[in-house]
Amino acid sequence: MELLKKLEILADAAKYDASCASSGTRSRNSLGGKGIGSSEGSGICHAYAPDGRCISLLKILLTNFCVYECSYCINRNSSNVARARFTVDEVVRLTLDFYKRNYIEGLFLSSGVIQSPDYTMGQLVEVARRLRLDHDFRGYIHLKTIPDADGQLLADAGTYADRLSINVELPTRIALADLAPEKDHRTIKLSMARIRARQDEYADDRRAARRVTNQSPRRITPQRFAPAGQSTQMIVGAEPSTDAQILSTTANLYSAYKLKRVYFSAFSPIADASAKLPARRTPLMREHRLYQSDWLIRFYGYGHDEITAGADDSAAAGMLDLDVDPKLAWALRNRGYFPVDLNRDGRERLLRVPGLGVKSVQKLLKIRRWQKIRLEDLVALKAGVKKAMPFIICANHAPALAEVPSATLRTRFAPARAAQQAFDF
Amino acid sequence: MSFQSSLFDAETTAGDQAVARFAPDFASWQVEARRLLAEDIAPARVWWQPEPAREHKTVSQPSAKPAQRPVARVPKAFVDQARAVSCHCNEDRWALLYRVLWRLARGERHLLQLGGDPDVVTFTRYAKAVRRDMHKMKAFVRFREVAESGAADHEPRYVAWFEPEHFIVEYVSGFFKRRFANMRWSILTPVGCAHWEGQGEVWFSPATDKSAAPEGDRLEAAWQTYYRSIFNPARVKIRAMQSEMPQKYWKNMPEAHLIPLMLRDADRRVQAMEANRKDNDLLRCGPRPASPDDDNAAAVEASAPASLERLALQATTCRNCPLWQPATQTVFGEGPANARVMIVGEQPGDREDLAGRPFVGPAGQLLDRALAAAGLVRERLYLTNTVKHFKFSPRGKTRLHATPSETEVMACRPWLDAEIGLVAPELVICLGATAGRALLGADVRVTRDRGRLIDHNDRRYLLTAHPAYLLRRGSAAANAGEYERFVEDLARAADWV
Repeated sequence: MELLKKLEILADAAKYDASCASSGTRSRNSLGGKGIGSSEGSGICHAYAPDGRCISLLKILLTNFCVYECSYCINRNSSNVARARFTVDEVVRLTLDFYKRNYIEGLFLSSGVIQSPDYTMGQLVEVARRLRLDHDFRGYIHLKTIPDADGQLLADAGTYADRLSINVELPTRIALADLAPEKDHRTIKLSMARIRARQDEYADDRRAARRVTNQSPRRITPQRFAPAGQSTQMIVGAEPSTDAQILSTTANLYSAYKLKRVYFSAFSPIADASAKLPARRTPLMREHRLYQSDWLIRFYGYGHDEITAGADDSAAAGMLDLDVDPKLAWALRNRGYFPVDLNRDGRERLLRVPGLGVKSVQKLLKIRRWQKIRLEDLVALKAGVKKAMPFIICANHAPALAEVPSATLRTRFAPARAAQQAFDF
Repeated sequence: MSFQSSLFDAETTAGDQAVARFAPDFASWQVEARRLLAEDIAPARVWWQPEPAREHKTVSQPSAKPAQRPVARVPKAFVDQARAVSCHCNEDRWALLYRVLWRLARGERHLLQLGGDPDVVTFTRYAKAVRRDMHKMKAFVRFREVAESGAADHEPRYVAWFEPEHFIVEYVSGFFKRRFANMRWSILTPVGCAHWEGQGEVWFSPATDKSAAPEGDRLEAAWQTYYRSIFNPARVKIRAMQSEMPQKYWKNMPEAHLIPLMLRDADRRVQAMEANRKDNDLLRCGPRPASPDDDNAAAVEASAPASLERLALQATTCRNCPLWQPATQTVFGEGPANARVMIVGEQPGDREDLAGRPFVGPAGQLLDRALAAAGLVRERLYLTNTVKHFKFSPRGKTRLHATPSETEVMACRPWLDAEIGLVAPELVICLGATAGRALLGADVRVTRDRGRLIDHNDRRYLLTAHPAYLLRRGSAAANAGEYERFVEDLARAADWV
């Protein structure tokens, strides 16, 4: 088969993986090496597709032949899609050629399961090994891990790749057993646990090495295992799990396996779909609200159960409000927490104010060391002033004595229907 | 302490304007700014006049930094930001830089922290705009391969045409040097060009136009194929794309002309997918593997009946209480089936949950130490827990231990009973209150009953503290007495081993 045709099939098959991150790995460049590639902290998005997603990595499958039968997957055994398979060498050449033209930051390689999990994983690792050792490639490599694969293969994968990932696919074990009978939450979590255990082990070694070398002149710091960490992905809306369940699973995964990211992927129709799946796509707004909640958990100090707790209709059903963002929704349900005094209250209280982001709060804390914070400061910082006003006290503003009811505020900030559709497009 | 920066500043008169003539680059501005600052000339009096003849420096040279005494101390953040601001295309940047410098040096050292100050707002906006432009240049430069006839190694040169908004070519060239250190490349732009020969230093040449850049590359068809195929027509978000990849960059990106076509077909493709439902489950990639549950059932079947091995296999799929859901795996007991002493803890912790073995975390290591001190050999003991799944509450990237409830202990009880039944130990050591209460009844107290042998239901028990309790108490020194007591309690079991 012609290479372009293969690329078309195997890129199309890979597009349902949301992750395209290329950031957070070890800093390095190709000066003094034989090959190409660098990584300087932040990732780079080399293009954007009209679906608004960045294209940072060459995201392809090694093959889309797959013996598994996961209902939600376009590549499942019984799917009537065109099939193709790259050779290891083809992937290596394509990655290098694209990289040299500055199209990509590196490679994101995944694969359908063929023959056995070990065989498949072995092929993925071989691509990474050749890129790193034969071509001295110093760009980014993200390998998808096959859950059942052998521990040694996993260990090799972590030494060549920057990031490893295993998709939990669905938030509950029951949903997974139903839609992906060959997969199992237990094996998936075990693989994540193995990766985390190895990262801990390498980190311990590095700490130990640093301690010893304080006295000796030569510093030998061992490598890091998968320096950009591990991530995972959940499909949202393919089965009836609630947002509360999704967020609880998310919080558990972050805490148990120290994941860098949990990605959510709104279920979208695939060709030749299984009858088990809903016919309609999930609103992208649901995915967006989940990401916002994920941010609140990781950077704003919210508990996963706080975000979905409440007495209104959506919260009672365990779902996030699609019309207003989860932070505002929390504020509207917890009016007793406010007003927050921007000039006196601590960081964690400022972080709860709708319209203020982590960066704005950081800047406000700096400003108030020198002068009283006024509304003008919020305007200059481009914070969401209108959103914040009912919830704050500052030098020239205090909320009205008669509290504006939450329902009124909600309608003020909920988008008109038309605007909402424009977002979903 | 505020300094007027307006044109109508009281001290400004037409007569005492100072003109600063300099090459429009950061180093030359620095020299001028130092001089003006030393002469105490206020910003409102300075007329910044970049030398038109040397507009946009094209040759890189080490900055002509005069070895003079610093005239002012400014925060490092200012220098970093100022370097970026100096690349901005707006001509008022030099005056802005001097104004900010002046204020920093004249009593407002904290100026940059005042995010709401008008000068700071503009200053950060300029720096941000330049950084963004640099970032976009790193992202959207597209190299094209050109055969280089003179090259001894027959390696090609990679040439790109790019149109930055600000004067960033020199500033950003280091990135391309570090990334493509072993390639020869040139980046041509309308504000100056950068070149790298695979060694030495990056060199610069005057601005050129697009006609000097090559047309097409043999890989562009593949790149376009990739761009088309990675697009998901079911989630069109045009604004998200445009805000990150503004249209002004499109003309120099080989993939961008496909966008209208992709958008036109998106709806049709989604409808086709939604209409195309499956009619049969014919396998197309060979036989499906057995499901994990079937595998486990087969393993249970293959194991010896009434053995610890079978028990452990059965426990892997235990759903008697909800603790299995967040946990990684069941952590079953381990040790010889004929062990004479069994140790029962509370529940696995973080490390045990990851490893699938009991007592391997910090508490387990402490237990190992204490066992050795008490003259017991771990390999001869059977170690297990009252509850076989880790109960925790998530806190960011760590899991906090949570004490199992009565119901959870009861749910797990059949496994513990079966283990005790199969191993038939002569002595059971209960570590901590949870194990003690589960096996000896609710009225047992660790503080009261520890360290003595208890006969209960035809079996002999010994109750002591849980090692995690010792760890929680803090440093080893403060704990010495407690640790001694723990070892002493354990040593009572030495007679059985």
